[in-house]
Amino acid sequence: MLACRSFAVPARQCLRRANGTSRWAPALVQAQSRSYASNDRVAAFNGQKGNDGKYTVTLIEGDGIGPEIAQSVKDIYSAANVPIKWESVDVTPRLKDGKTVIPDEAIDSVTRNYVALKGPLATPVGKGHVSLNLTLRRTFNLFANVRPCKSIAGYKTPYDNVDTVLIRENTEGEYSGIEHVVIDGVVQSIKLITREASERVLRFAFQHAQQIGRKKVRAVHKATIMKMSDGLFLSTARDVAKDFPDIEFDAELLDNTCLKMVTDPTPYNDKVLVMPNLYGDILSDMCAGLIGGLGLTPSGNIGDECSIFEAVHGSAPDIAGKQLANPTALLLSSIMMLRHMGLSDHANNIESAIFKVLAEGRTITGDLGGKAKTYEYADAVIKALK
Amino acid sequence: MATTVNKDIFQPTKFGGKYTVTLIPGDGIGAEVSESVKEIFKADNVPVEWEQVDVSGFEGGTKHTEQLFRESIASLKRNKLGLKGILHTPVERSGHQSFNVALRQELDIYASIVAIKNIPGYDTRHKNVDLCIIRENTEGEYSGLEHQSVEGVVESLKIITRAKSERIAKFAFAFALANNRAKVTCIHKANIMKLADGLFRNTFRKVAEDYPMLEINDMIVDNASMQCVSRPQQFDVMVMPNLYGGILSNIGAGLVGGPGVVPGCNMGRDVAVFEPGCRHVGLDIKGKDQANPTALILSASMLLRHIGLDDHANRISQSVYRVIKEGKTRTRDMGGNSTTHEFTRAILNEMEKV
Repeated sequence: MLACRSFAVPARQCLRRANGTSRWAPALVQAQSRSYASNDRVAAFNGQKGNDGKYTVTLIEGDGIGPEIAQSVKDIYSAANVPIKWESVDVTPRLKDGKTVIPDEAIDSVTRNYVALKGPLATPVGKGHVSLNLTLRRTFNLFANVRPCKSIAGYKTPYDNVDTVLIRENTEGEYSGIEHVVIDGVVQSIKLITREASERVLRFAFQHAQQIGRKKVRAVHKATIMKMSDGLFLSTARDVAKDFPDIEFDAELLDNTCLKMVTDPTPYNDKVLVMPNLYGDILSDMCAGLIGGLGLTPSGNIGDECSIFEAVHGSAPDIAGKQLANPTALLLSSIMMLRHMGLSDHANNIESAIFKVLAEGRTITGDLGGKAKTYEYADAVIKALK
Repeated sequence: MATTVNKDIFQPTKFGGKYTVTLIPGDGIGAEVSESVKEIFKADNVPVEWEQVDVSGFEGGTKHTEQLFRESIASLKRNKLGLKGILHTPVERSGHQSFNVALRQELDIYASIVAIKNIPGYDTRHKNVDLCIIRENTEGEYSGLEHQSVEGVVESLKIITRAKSERIAKFAFAFALANNRAKVTCIHKANIMKLADGLFRNTFRKVAEDYPMLEINDMIVDNASMQCVSRPQQFDVMVMPNLYGGILSNIGAGLVGGPGVVPGCNMGRDVAVFEPGCRHVGLDIKGKDQANPTALILSASMLLRHIGLDDHANRISQSVYRVIKEGKTRTRDMGGNSTTHEFTRAILNEMEKV
């Protein structure tokens, strides 16, 4: 079996190469066309200020602790005079033609404003329907998930000086959702990798590296085992890298990344990591673990048209309404949003205020070992603003 | 005799009081660390005869790679016992399929066991880590089934079957019982891969009904990775499909000091192959006499316990632990500056004292 395969693979390889270079293969042209000219910015922010000089941002408060932490964000933003007007929408799924869908008002709002901030949504585990998070991602074609993790002064973990940036392909891979039962007891689940989606996320990764001033991009893969699928991701990465001569590109096997990050994450402080869906999911949460959990990590979902910035932690129904929740993740996500919108000054101001309050450690919430209420923490941040 | 089949046919081969064990040194640091194991076995008069097959993941040499690979399979089928380093796998698409994976599939050594435990005296960021990763070795994402539908669109199949999920779950529970473990955690991503990982998780739950004395729970793989780096002490035995095993065993190895100190083995019905738990080839330090042989030595002592040679196993593993605890002789990955040879020599000296 092995022998057959090793003969077949190079043979197929030759055929494919022949196809790729020939100009007379019209059926393939569509699939091959590059989606982006090399200078175009992927997923640039298109929003405009309204008549009152403010951007409108869709706010999805979410479930459980969502409304409390969203309130903190609103309070801090109005105190910092950020030119943003919030437009709250409800995304509770509705039944339409037998399918669960997001309400049209919510979709319209995000489409109109190009940008949204989202609190935690409760996802029922093990139920048949697709999670709301996944639905949002699909509806707005949010192809890249950006997950920076930075050690927070004042909250001690076994790891110091973590400062990783991880970008995850968000639309395909292992989460394509294509699965079927072949016969009873045998399931096939398809991991889908396409050049188009890979190129889009890779190009975004390089541009993001330029934007945040990092000189290195590293693709994480498992092409030793998945030679074709991860191989395609990797070869696309090499191609895209040629358009960014100022950025150093290399690739690393998933196993090595896991091992090295857990041993010592600091060598990753000057890099942007980019990877397919599942690896990104696992590694981004692992990075969050390095700095103390999901309560401290922001996340941004970037799409061609719209982008949604969100707190990735759960909705914590057990402490909802008790003013015990920590709004840091949502705040940091909103700061990513400000930078995406080009409001970097406001972002820096609020960010340094948050870090200052956390570093002082006097007014922090229970999950970090403090006693402060959610609103007390928000007040402390407001006082620390410049 | 009513039957022509010898009932010992599934036992390891033993001639003249000696066991024959297939030795596959592997690529990278393999040659150096297996040299170290051979030396230690010789010094302890372990009744093991090596049958070495120098298969390599690199092309070249006098024999064809494929032929050597067939030879190693034949040898393992004959001897039922193997000690193996890691073989290199090329990234190039035209390259061969991973020999490591092919070997496991061919011999149906379906359960990989990786023991992640702090070594006394060798401090890392995390204390009191003691967990065991049981990984399905023969299907899942490593099925090797991939195709290109049209140019630029690739599908890779992940296969999960009830039969193999049940087999690995049973193995995990039996392992937990035999080793006085209390809890088995199933790692999955059933919230996204509802059918595939759902089958794995449901089968695990079903099998668990036969083991009411063990505590069970399940956890989503991304959460498990996060918990592993923040609070690894909560885990005991973990069982999971193939790819997650690869990820978590590497995270686990990072917790306790790297691939050089983590032993492992692969078990099948007939054949058992012992290899370092965290599968790194170590090409970067090949031939530099820097490699840490601990992982392979401890894997080898697991092999000795497997065939009931506990005395030898204990003497060897305790000597290794004592050398590390003493801290004078350590290889570079453990923060020392001793060579592989010096480290081996220190273990040999320690063994003489016992």
